[in-house]
Amino acid sequence: MYYDIVVVGGGHAGCEACLASARLGHKTLLVTGNIKNIADMPCNPSIGGPAKGIVVREIDALGGQMAKNIDSSILQMKMLNTGKGPAVRALRAQADKVIYPKKMIETLTKQKNLEILEDLVKDLIIEDKKIKGIKLNSGKSILTKAVILTTGTYLNATILVGDNKKSSGPHGEKPALYLSDNLKKLGFNIIRLKTGTPPRLEKKSIDFSKAKLESGDKDQSFTFSFDNKIQYKIDKQVPCYLVYTNTKTHEIIKNNLDKSSMYGGYAVGIGPRYCPSIEDKVVRFQDKERHQLFLEPESIYYDDIYLQGFSTSMPHDIQEQMVHSISGLENAIIKKYAYAIEYDAIDPTQLKQSLETKIISGLFTAGQINGTSGYEEAAGQGLIAGINASLKIEGKNPLILKRSDAYIGVLIDDLVTKGIKDPYRLLTSRAEYRLLLRHDNADLRLRKYGYEVGLVNKKQYQKFQEKQQEILDTIEELKKIKITPTTKNNNILVKMNTKPLKSAITLYELLKRPEINIQDLKELCKISNDCAILEEVEINIKYEGYIKKAIAEAEKMLKLENKKIPTDIDYNKIKNLASEAKQKLQQIKPTSIGQATRISGVNPSDITVLMIYLKKRGVVSG
Amino acid sequence: MEDTIAAISTALGGAISIIRISGSKAIEEVNNIFSQTDLTKVKSHTVHYGYIVDKDEIIDEVLVTIMKSPRTYTVEDVVEINCHGGIATTTKILNLLLKNNVRLAEPGEFTKRAFLNGRIDLIEAESVMDLITVKNDEARKIAISNLRGKSSDEIKQLRDKILQILANIEVNIDYPEYEDIEVITTNDLLPKIKKIIEEMQLLIENSQNGQLLKEGIKTLIVGKPNVGKSSILNRFLKEDKAIVTDIAGTTRDIVEGTVNLNGILLNIIDTAGIRNTDDIVEQIGVNKALSLIDDVDLVLVVLNGNESLTDEDKIILEKTKKTKSIVVINKNDLKLKIDKSLFKNRNVVEINTKTTTGIKPLEQKISKLFNMEKIKDSEYKYLSNIKQISLLQEALVSLNNAKKGMIEKEPIDMIELDIKQGWEKLGEIIGETYSEELLDKLFSEFCVGK
Repeated sequence: MYYDIVVVGGGHAGCEACLASARLGHKTLLVTGNIKNIADMPCNPSIGGPAKGIVVREIDALGGQMAKNIDSSILQMKMLNTGKGPAVRALRAQADKVIYPKKMIETLTKQKNLEILEDLVKDLIIEDKKIKGIKLNSGKSILTKAVILTTGTYLNATILVGDNKKSSGPHGEKPALYLSDNLKKLGFNIIRLKTGTPPRLEKKSIDFSKAKLESGDKDQSFTFSFDNKIQYKIDKQVPCYLVYTNTKTHEIIKNNLDKSSMYGGYAVGIGPRYCPSIEDKVVRFQDKERHQLFLEPESIYYDDIYLQGFSTSMPHDIQEQMVHSISGLENAIIKKYAYAIEYDAIDPTQLKQSLETKIISGLFTAGQINGTSGYEEAAGQGLIAGINASLKIEGKNPLILKRSDAYIGVLIDDLVTKGIKDPYRLLTSRAEYRLLLRHDNADLRLRKYGYEVGLVNKKQYQKFQEKQQEILDTIEELKKIKITPTTKNNNILVKMNTKPLKSAITLYELLKRPEINIQDLKELCKISNDCAILEEVEINIKYEGYIKKAIAEAEKMLKLENKKIPTDIDYNKIKNLASEAKQKLQQIKPTSIGQATRISGVNPSDITVLMIYLKKRGVVSG
Repeated sequence: MEDTIAAISTALGGAISIIRISGSKAIEEVNNIFSQTDLTKVKSHTVHYGYIVDKDEIIDEVLVTIMKSPRTYTVEDVVEINCHGGIATTTKILNLLLKNNVRLAEPGEFTKRAFLNGRIDLIEAESVMDLITVKNDEARKIAISNLRGKSSDEIKQLRDKILQILANIEVNIDYPEYEDIEVITTNDLLPKIKKIIEEMQLLIENSQNGQLLKEGIKTLIVGKPNVGKSSILNRFLKEDKAIVTDIAGTTRDIVEGTVNLNGILLNIIDTAGIRNTDDIVEQIGVNKALSLIDDVDLVLVVLNGNESLTDEDKIILEKTKKTKSIVVINKNDLKLKIDKSLFKNRNVVEINTKTTTGIKPLEQKISKLFNMEKIKDSEYKYLSNIKQISLLQEALVSLNNAKKGMIEKEPIDMIELDIKQGWEKLGEIIGETYSEELLDKLFSEFCVGK
């Protein structure tokens, strides 16, 4: 059997990877341990959030699937951070855990050039440091030009509950037992990571009268995708609820710490700093009297409630006590106990920025195998790996998004440049130029790449170009239209709580007043009705000065990014580099001075030495 | 940079001279001209007695200190030869080294290597450069205190405070629904930012004063013809306090001479020849002097104490109202006729150019005006390098922008952009943020490159 590209694993990374490859015309095979678990959401029932929500929009701008899929499975939608500035606004949807995978499987099965095979991969076929195919547990071999590994938490997976430890993937699925040993033999550094998930409670057994209602946005509805129409009913959103732990809960945890897998010393993997277990929170923040927990619905088809913020690896009986100590959950029935899962990942500094491994040509990896956590981070990498595996077999240059292009660019650059210690979560603070990487302008930033690659079709692209033009036209128009200080106009302005005019000003100038928003201008003139366009126009006018500053900063970085470093440099030969810098540079082999500046342990003085060396060798220009 | 360098690192003419050699071949090269012990086999940080020899001829009896990489000033192998201080002997030893695989060090090259090898940060490197070029004792003290890392500490503390604010803003953005985390608002931030701004302003002001101490206070002596400007200058001259040289200053002015008042340098600006006061040119001089007021650090307004104020005096007083200035009343031996109440809010010193009366109070006034006494105090914090001060000023601009944004109720995320920029600028001062300009500066100052 032969395929152009084989994708191993049907999670969020794998789905994007195989769709991208098939859509770009390559005969693609998706190998998954269980077809029913494709696009499964084994942890939280939501997609989006700060930074992550922006990634989902970036995936859509590039021609990926996640945004379109979540738009059809929304239980509740919220725009977060509305009060903190346009750059950090982000969408978050509560997703239906039944509908989301179902819709994704439909998309996959309908996709031309894509076949799905239920099996586990045992080994890779490699000749001369090039990928040639895969060997399956069933004994079959499949030949291919490129392989994308998106194995999630399944590599050597172990489930931990208290002192109980068993070899298993999520939902009791078979783990991939041989692949990570074989990767080790090829020269990959394997690291052990851990993540956890909280208990699921039976809805009927919860006393919601003691919880605080958390509903979705009621005044505006949204879509993640730039191409979609709203598919949920704003007044029929499913609510979430807020409850709190208390001193009794903390008492139970503290008294039983030795029984937890983590604190009892049963776990070896490193857990995510940004998504700590409840044991961690109680131990680390001793002075906090309570911690927030959200009760989130998982689906309209069954009544499990996800207890967000309560991830634990305590034994079942302790979990019972802990849950029942919480007001509103006194009689809650635990339908699924919380557990921790340990799994193998590879050291992401062994990857190129294209997500191809440095060791084996044609082998790509994406998602949790690269040390990240989160559905969105996985999907973003899967899409890029799918695109770059395709470009590779077409003999083209890879698509590498810069840190000033996209959060996906920040994510991948962080992984391959800095490596990871604990599961990597994308945060807005990881992006230096987040004012440029907004939720609203993901299409303006990235659609062109999606179109060039071939994942965005002509029709979508034309629609995008029209939008782009209309934004520019509207800004120009607002610069031209002047309003005069007539009594009528001034009355309108006073009603808007802003100062009346003394002389004529343009609408552009008026919009710069902090108290004026673009909807207000509708009372004074005729402008576009498209919310997306108005949002873009408003941000660009109101924050023009700040945006310019951010662009100037980004350009400074681009200058360093454009100073390329040949990958054949032997850093051990550069005499004056500090030994830590030597070792790190040798390991990571940065492709530009910009990337080199971001390697931890490489100080500005090392960069200076490196620049001098390159200048002497005559390699750096500019 | 793989080569080995040497230089005489003490002033010539003393009883003892030190020749310093640094580089991978330092020990080997010195060993080649040293008799008694095999220096390549000795322990690090040890001193050895012996002779410097040229073939069979003994040049000098010396002590050689061997310091092996990395615990040395340059992080490379360093050897210091303590030899007898005669010019002939010292240069002979140096030339002996230079005949082989050793090259004469460029000015500041040992420091350059220390910086490039990560031993000292940029601020320290610049202090060493300052130390090499300082003009007086007080400035030398600043350079030394910078070398000990005092200014670096100050900048680091400012950065830490800003980082705290940044972290708080970030955590709010990344965890929007967590009420456990204190939500930071512009109202909470404003006082914090204001405090940081004040600290920065103080540091800038102090640094500018420190700069004046190092470079000298650009001083303009102004007054109508024949009030005794030249007498004051001559007084300085008689006191042997003026070093009259033609040092080209900035583009516009020529420094007539440098006066050293108790360690404070006054660079007297020549406006149409102060020393030739009887000249008709002086007429033009007053106007020219007045046009320079904005470019100088200090104006000495000279008035004749023996007559009442003329219109011309009043114009001069009016124009110098907002500048740092001292009204100098030249009263000679005669009775004071001038009405002092006309400039009661200003710094006034009475001086008698026939005796030395008044010179001391003038010195004290100047010293007080520029906080010079405090600067001499070793606890006083400031930056001594123009480049650093200008980066600090840029950082201040960023934080002031942030403050403005807060007052105008801009979203916190926008404000953060300015705060972060300020933080990065401060990082450039101590070389913790890599910047292109830094590199340009290094290339130009340290003559590295092709």
